[in-house]
Amino acid sequence: MTAVVQAKGLSKRYGNTVALDNVSFDIEAGRIVGLVGPNGAGKTTALKAILGLAEFDGSLSVLGLDPRTHRTQLMEQVCFIADVAVLPRWLRVGDAVDFVGGVHPRFSREKCEKLLARTKIKPTQRVRELSKGMIVQLHLALVMAIDAKLLILDEPTLGLDILYRKEFYNNLLSDYFDEQKTILVTTHQIEEIEHILTDLLFIKEGKIVLDATMDDVGERFAEVMVNPDKADAARTLKPLYERQIFGKSIFLFDGIDKSRLAELGELHKPSVADLFVATMKGTYA
Amino acid sequence: MNAITPSSKFLWQIKREFWEHRGGFLWTPVIIALVMLAFIAMGLVTAELTAQRAGFTLNGIHIDQLTSHIDADDMAKFQGALDVGLITMGMPIRIALFVVVFFYALGALYNDRADRSVLFWKSLPLSDTQTVLSKVAAGLILAPALAVFGMIVLQLGFLILFTLYAALHGINALPYLWSPTHLIAMWIKFAVLIPVNALWALPTMGWLLLCSAWARSKPFLWAVMLPVVTGVIITWMQLMQSFSLHSGWFWQHVIGRVLLSLIPESWINLESLKSLDHAGADPSIALSNLFSFGAIADRMASANFVIGVAAGLAMIAAAIWLRRKRVEAYS
Repeated sequence: MTAVVQAKGLSKRYGNTVALDNVSFDIEAGRIVGLVGPNGAGKTTALKAILGLAEFDGSLSVLGLDPRTHRTQLMEQVCFIADVAVLPRWLRVGDAVDFVGGVHPRFSREKCEKLLARTKIKPTQRVRELSKGMIVQLHLALVMAIDAKLLILDEPTLGLDILYRKEFYNNLLSDYFDEQKTILVTTHQIEEIEHILTDLLFIKEGKIVLDATMDDVGERFAEVMVNPDKADAARTLKPLYERQIFGKSIFLFDGIDKSRLAELGELHKPSVADLFVATMKGTYA
Repeated sequence: MNAITPSSKFLWQIKREFWEHRGGFLWTPVIIALVMLAFIAMGLVTAELTAQRAGFTLNGIHIDQLTSHIDADDMAKFQGALDVGLITMGMPIRIALFVVVFFYALGALYNDRADRSVLFWKSLPLSDTQTVLSKVAAGLILAPALAVFGMIVLQLGFLILFTLYAALHGINALPYLWSPTHLIAMWIKFAVLIPVNALWALPTMGWLLLCSAWARSKPFLWAVMLPVVTGVIITWMQLMQSFSLHSGWFWQHVIGRVLLSLIPESWINLESLKSLDHAGADPSIALSNLFSFGAIADRMASANFVIGVAAGLAMIAAAIWLRRKRVEAYS
C-alpha cells in the first residue's frame, strides 16, 4: 500500500510555543485515521500543514505532492471541512453548488443534489438562514460529491446535537468511504467515532505519543477490574493508569500478557476515551 | 466530468464576487439612478402645478415660434450643453462607485479571514493568484461597468421624463433630446474610460488589497492611517526644514495616488482644467477636449500614470503572496 500522507520531522513553532516537535507519521490509503489530542496539542497545525495552509519545517508529502508548492493541484484530490462555521453566510445554496461545480473537476452535481434532496435545505436559502446542523449537511453534501482521495475533517461536528452527529458519520461511511479514499479526522467526541476508525494517532504537546491501528490497540492494551486485595500486585505490573469505581480499581495496561492480567480480575478492551485519558494525563497540570 | 479551464474558473470567481457584492455593485447605482429620476419627476410635477396655480401656461406657445429661429449653431450648442448635463448627472453614481469599490477592496482579502470562510474557499482548487486577480477585476471592471449601466439608466430615464413632459405641452422634443449618434458616442466613451480608470486606479487597488491581505484586524486604519501619518511626518519635517522632499509633491503623488485613484476620471489633468476655466471656454468643448482620445492617450503616457501602474502591479503581487501566507485574522 502507498502512503497518502508521509510526514518526516515535521516541526512548527509559533513564537516560543512549539506546536509540532519533529513529528513523523505515515497515513496509508483506505484508512480512517483519528488524530486525537488535547486542546493546543498541535492537531490543527498538523492538518494545516497537510493542507498547505501553514508553513513548517521538515518534509511532508501528500499524495506525492508538496503542499507548500502544489496547493492548488492538491486541492483537486483533497477535501476538507474545517468546522461548522466556515461556509460564507451570504452564499445561496444553489450558488454554492454551481460554484463548486464550476471550479472543481471532480465534483458531481448530480450526487450533490441527491444528497441535498435528503435534507430540508432549499436551493434558494442562504447559509445564514440555515441552522448549524443544516450548514454541516450542506458542507458535507458538497464535499461528498467530490471524488477526492483524502478527506480531512477538523472537528466537523462541533456544537451539533447527537442526531446530526450520528447522521454525519453514517452518511460518510455508507455513501462516501471506500478503499480508494482516506479520511483523517480530529474530534473531541472520540467515543462517538471510535467504532469507525481504523487507525489512531495520539498527539500530545507537539509529539506523536501513539500511532497504532485499532487492531493493534486491541492487542496491546487491556483494562482490568481488580479487587482491592490484588491491587498491589496489579501495580507492580506498571499500569498506564488507575482509577477507582465501586470500591474496585480499574487498571489500564500496555503490552502485558493477557493471561497474566486475567489472573488479576475481569478483562476489558479499553475504550479509546479511556486510553486517551490515560495517555494524556498531566497535560493540563 | 466537467470541462474546467482556468478562464472558466476565473469567470466563476467573478460571479462569486458579484453574488457577494450585488448590493454595492448593482443595486447602489441602480437605486441612485431611480431616486434621482424620482426627484426629477417630482420637480417636474411641482413645476407643472406651480405654473398652473400661477396661471402660466406653456400650451399657448406655438412650437414653431420656439424652434423656427434655432439654427444649426444653436442646435450644436444645445447638444453640447445637453451632453455636459447628461455626463455630470452621473456624478452621484461615480462618487458612490468610488466609495463602494474602496471598501470592497479593503474587505476583499480580509472579511473572509475574519469570518473564517477563507477556509472554505481555500478548500477548493483555486490558486491565490486567480483569487486576488478576480477581486481586482471585479472592483475595477465589473463594478464600473455596472455603474455605467446605472448612469445609462439615469440618462435614458431623464430623457424619457423630459420628452413626456414636453409632449404634455404639445412639444415634440424627440429631435432635440434624442440624438442616437451623440448618445452612442457618449456610451462608447464611458466604456473606453473603464479600462483607463482601471489602470489609473491600480495603485489604490493594490494598496487596499495589500492592507486587506495583511491586516489581522482593522484594515481601514492601516490603509488610511499609514499614508496619512507618513504624510504628516513629512510635512512636519519639511516645516522643520530638515528634509528636502517637497511635502506637497508627496501628498499628491504618493498619498493621493494610493488612496484616491479609485475616484473615476481622477487622472484628468487638473492644470488643463484650470486653464480652461480661466479662458471661460464653452464647458462642452472643454469636456470633450479633456476626454478626447488624444488627451487620454497623452495622460496614459505620462510618468505618473505608468509608474502608478507598475507600483499597483507590484502591490497586487505582494497581496497575492500574503494571501498565500496569511489565513488567520483576529475577531
